[in-house]
Amino acid sequence: MNFSERMYLPAIFQGLTITMRHFFKKKATISYPEQTRPMSAVWRGLHVLKRDEKGRERCTACGLCAVACPAEAITMVAGERKRGEEGLYREEKYAVSYEINMLRCIFCGLCEEACPKAAIFLQNDKTAPARYERDEFIYGKDRLVEPMPATGNNQ
Amino acid sequence: MESTVFLVKALIILAVFGVTLLIATYSTYAERKVAAFIQDRIGPNRAGPLGLFQPLADAVKLFFKEEFVPANANKFLFILGPSLSMLTACMASAVIPFGGSILIDGQYINVQAIEVNIGILYIFGVVALGVYGIMIGGWASNNKFSLLGAIRAASQNISYELAMGMSIIALLLVTSTLSLGEMARQQGEPLFGISGMNWNIFYQPLGFLIFIICAFAETNRVPFDLPECETELIGGYHTEYSSMGMGLYLFAEYVNIFVASAVMATLYFGGYNFPFMYDMGLPHNIVTLLGTVALFGKIFFFIFFFMWVRWTLPRFRYDQLMNLGWKILIPLSIANVIVTAAIILFKQEYFQ
Ligand code: SF4
Ligand code: SF4
Repeated sequence: MNFSERMYLPAIFQGLTITMRHFFKKKATISYPEQTRPMSAVWRGLHVLKRDEKGRERCTACGLCAVACPAEAITMVAGERKRGEEGLYREEKYAVSYEINMLRCIFCGLCEEACPKAAIFLQNDKTAPARYERDEFIYGKDRLVEPMPATGNNQ
Repeated sequence: MESTVFLVKALIILAVFGVTLLIATYSTYAERKVAAFIQDRIGPNRAGPLGLFQPLADAVKLFFKEEFVPANANKFLFILGPSLSMLTACMASAVIPFGGSILIDGQYINVQAIEVNIGILYIFGVVALGVYGIMIGGWASNNKFSLLGAIRAASQNISYELAMGMSIIALLLVTSTLSLGEMARQQGEPLFGISGMNWNIFYQPLGFLIFIICAFAETNRVPFDLPECETELIGGYHTEYSSMGMGLYLFAEYVNIFVASAVMATLYFGGYNFPFMYDMGLPHNIVTLLGTVALFGKIFFFIFFFMWVRWTLPRFRYDQLMNLGWKILIPLSIANVIVTAAIILFKQEYFQ
């Protein structure tokens, strides 16, 4: 090291100007709950179980999504549609319960590809928010099934 | 008459103490904001508007944590350590002149908590005591890493106090007084016809440079924060501390920064003096008020500088630290003393 290097001062001064430049730079922070990042159109976020145009649940509890799922995040119980429930479920067999464990899910979207009934989709504008309890990450039908359209007449 | 003086003095003492603590409190907030800004973030902004209640939230958090004393620690010394740190940190601001004098009932009262004529010695003594807090805390923890941190703190402080003392001696040659109040008054004299500009920095630039480097080392700030070096010593001397013990150590550091900034502003940057202070024809008390504001402006700049450096530089290696202290700063400061003395002698011989 020559003398000016051993004095450290020129280098220190250089460093100080760099940090001062950053001090006045535009900040990269996004204040999350109030602001959100724009998401890509193919972003794979929280799942939704779709209804058809008449407001009936599309899922027929075939279990293909559960088989396709590499993380084994999906469990379901199938049930048979009773007389008079035609307005609720499109097929004769439907999912009595349908749960996805969001802590296991890797959001790969394979369930979406496997589904023959176009029932399950990963939304591009919602994510599974942070929670304190593990139980709350197991999403049941109450949180997965798409809400009834406002004009629907069922239920 | 006497009672007003007493009352004003008491108020000044209270104000100095309160302001010291307040500024130290908000330094923690400022530190986080400055760090964030330098790193292109925005820093704490959740507690209150702009995150202004963050120091309160931090304090509450620390208070409610468990006060843990290691089983083999020396309990008394373990508690004494942080208390001593805090005590010595708070003591130093007592002798700093925070303003000129107030004119009340035809009497001039100095805005200085304690007027001692050896102010600078007092500060040195108190600052040197500060290392005992760290030393005791580190030793009492009965932990190797804490002890290493404490030893580092002690040896570092001793090494840098020498250079600091030398730079002060050069300053004393210029001012020929030990009283901080007197030094501040001297710097209010005109320089090139501008009143309040006779700052010591113009006479002692090298001395100031040495002083500020030593101030960084004395307050254990980056780049000289080896006593609390996380990468090598976990947390250094406060590894075993939790809750308010930890809080006091951290807080004492900020009080120290405030005091160091105030001392630097007083010794080298004209204290409460500001350019044109007596040329504007303002009433005495207004000038004093403006002077106090100016002093705090300088102090805030130095506090900011401390933080600016902290978030810019990496830590020194220990041998680099010692080399810098013993092989560069001390010879430089001795040379500074000799040159200053020679110039003063020369001036006395041939120009008077
Ligand atoms: S997105 Fe992937 S991991 Fe998640 S439930 Fe569907 S198949 Fe399983
Ligand atoms: S979501 Fe699709 S794949 Fe999964 S059980 Fe229902 S119908 Fe079958």
